[in-house]
Amino acid sequence: MSEFRMPSLGADMESGRLVEWLKSPGSEVERGDIIAVVDTQKGAIEIEVFEDGVLEEILAEPGEEIPVGRTLAYIRAPGEPRREQRVAEKPKPESEAETPHTPATAKPTPSATAYPPSIPGVHMTPAARRLTAEHQVDPSTLKAGPDGVIGLSEVQAAIGAAPTPLEARPKPKARGIDPGEMRRAIAAAMMRANREIPHYYVTSTIDMTPMMNWLAARNAERAIEDRLLYAAPLLRAVALSFAKFPDLNGTFENGAFVPADRVNIGMAIAVRGCGLITPAILDADRHDIDTLMTKLNDLVKRARGGGLRSSELSMGTATLTNLGDRTADGLMPIIFPPQVAIVGCGQISERPWIVEGEVVARQLMEITFAGDHRASDGRRGAQFLSHLASLLGKPEGL
Amino acid sequence: MTARTITYRDAVHEALREALRGDERVFLMGEDVGYYGGAYACSKGLIQEFGEERIRDAPLSESGFVGAGIGAALGGMRPIVEIMTVNFSLLALDQIVNNAATLRHMSGGQLSVPLVIRMATGAGRQLAAQHSHSLECWFAHVPGIKVVAPATIEDARGMLRTALADPDPVIIFEHATLYNEQGELPETDDYAMDIESARISRSGGDITLITYGGSLQKTMAAAEGLAKDGIDCEVIDLRSLRPIDDATIMASLAKTHRAVIVDEGWRSVGLAAEISARISEQAFFDLDGPVARVCSVEVPIPYPRHLETAATPQPDKIAAAAREVLRR
Repeated sequence: MSEFRMPSLGADMESGRLVEWLKSPGSEVERGDIIAVVDTQKGAIEIEVFEDGVLEEILAEPGEEIPVGRTLAYIRAPGEPRREQRVAEKPKPESEAETPHTPATAKPTPSATAYPPSIPGVHMTPAARRLTAEHQVDPSTLKAGPDGVIGLSEVQAAIGAAPTPLEARPKPKARGIDPGEMRRAIAAAMMRANREIPHYYVTSTIDMTPMMNWLAARNAERAIEDRLLYAAPLLRAVALSFAKFPDLNGTFENGAFVPADRVNIGMAIAVRGCGLITPAILDADRHDIDTLMTKLNDLVKRARGGGLRSSELSMGTATLTNLGDRTADGLMPIIFPPQVAIVGCGQISERPWIVEGEVVARQLMEITFAGDHRASDGRRGAQFLSHLASLLGKPEGL
Repeated sequence: MTARTITYRDAVHEALREALRGDERVFLMGEDVGYYGGAYACSKGLIQEFGEERIRDAPLSESGFVGAGIGAALGGMRPIVEIMTVNFSLLALDQIVNNAATLRHMSGGQLSVPLVIRMATGAGRQLAAQHSHSLECWFAHVPGIKVVAPATIEDARGMLRTALADPDPVIIFEHATLYNEQGELPETDDYAMDIESARISRSGGDITLITYGGSLQKTMAAAEGLAKDGIDCEVIDLRSLRPIDDATIMASLAKTHRAVIVDEGWRSVGLAAEISARISEQAFFDLDGPVARVCSVEVPIPYPRHLETAATPQPDKIAAAAREVLRR
């Protein structure tokens, strides 16, 4: 039996509010399944499990504010015997100061698909159907009102519940992104970065003309919705570079650099009117450019509209921030702790450049690499940039 | 906090005057807004205070002066264009729908049309069909513009300022029966009201009555009547017709499970239909009965008083619809 805990979705997160369970006790879960939604400073986040098994017991109710690390549920591994007494056992609170919570037995809000089907010949309102499902009332035992309709009042009469006015059921809604909360989260992370991380910076100007020509040729053959933005090959080149420089890909924890065994590139995504969020594209070095384009589109959509997953917020190993068109030529990015490196790209603009002794117009981009001097030195950063430049210069090889 | 009693007309007048004083880019343009003082007397005296440059009488040419307003907005001004009634605004639909609403998108964000259009709407003053229709939904259909309906003194006083601050076109619908209404306006340094959210005008647990503009007071009257029979109505004033504040509606439905929509527009293909569709999309399993609509009868609004009253939503019809949904 393993404990499924409230994950930490960023260095600054202290607690999250459980919005809903997407699985009910007794259901089988697989690694990667989304089983709950938690509201955080970064909006509503979908929480995944990292093992296979059966969701044995749920210990938190929707609406509760739960500290990072508190057990949310127990997951029984495949083959592990069911332990009935577990249900009666109260989990030990991690600290006495925490707000008490009652271990809930199985009574999640049923999802729409869990409602009983409508009964032919009987007019039953949607709210009445939901109430019968929640109280396991057999609809065939219900008596319709004088107008032949079974509504809330008929079901309430049958289950002995209070008549109208019916209380609104406590179904907490996701708050959406709160601009003030997000600002505080960014402030906390960036203050920590500037307080703890001795940054060094190396910068190069890279000729993106081959890349832009290659993209234009590829896009000419494609329907508009399938066209690639340069963000996708840029992400692939950055991911491949981090794979090649494992000493820059990872986290700085307890006074030492811990290399990561995957390359999960956090993407700095602007959220309109709110700020910035850096969810990661997992194993970015293992996807081709088209897949990365799809993943990027999906990630941006979810970052702005909700539906980011816990793994995307907690498993980044390095970050890419790309200002994009019509912005600024360059930036000095700040590392997202506990990571040790970030790549910052300015806009691509046409400027004079010398090629084979001639001044010609080329599409140039300034790339700045910021490294954590506790983990690496400027020379490594420069080698990284040089490698990245060579990948970007030969787009057909990406 | 002290309050003073003023009319809806005076609230609009004060808001106009404040806007003209506060920003020299603001000017008012429309038919009879100058020396006549506005068809509903909202701009009386402004031409004497601000002069002909800033209070501009326009000829009978809706397409022309709305287009001029769009041009001025593009050029950096903050025009307030008054159209006498929504019926006449149809002459300017091309300017509003094809130009004002589209230019930000068609220019890739390079152009901005910070234009405010005010117009009167609705029946109830025996002005006959060509001056009495409620066509708010025609505009609420169009992306690229915001549409608001101030139903209270506070909103009449406060929405103009927020609308002028908006970088995109905002259309303000003032219901013609409201101008003479009196109400309390709390004194404040900042009268600005938001133009995106709905307001719970009356809190209740049994049924939600959703309305806007000139139907708010009729709906409140119906709610008071139903309260005497122990029926506890929640009344939502939509305030903004584009965008529509779904969250407030759905939160109310989660509590009451029943809804009646009151809309002076015609029933077919209108705002009430849109809200009903949103409720069935977003709150289906909260519903304990069909969503009901109280709308105008599908005729051109009649001139005789008794027929005009019969053609439009009234408190007794609203109460009857609520009882039917409540099955009592």
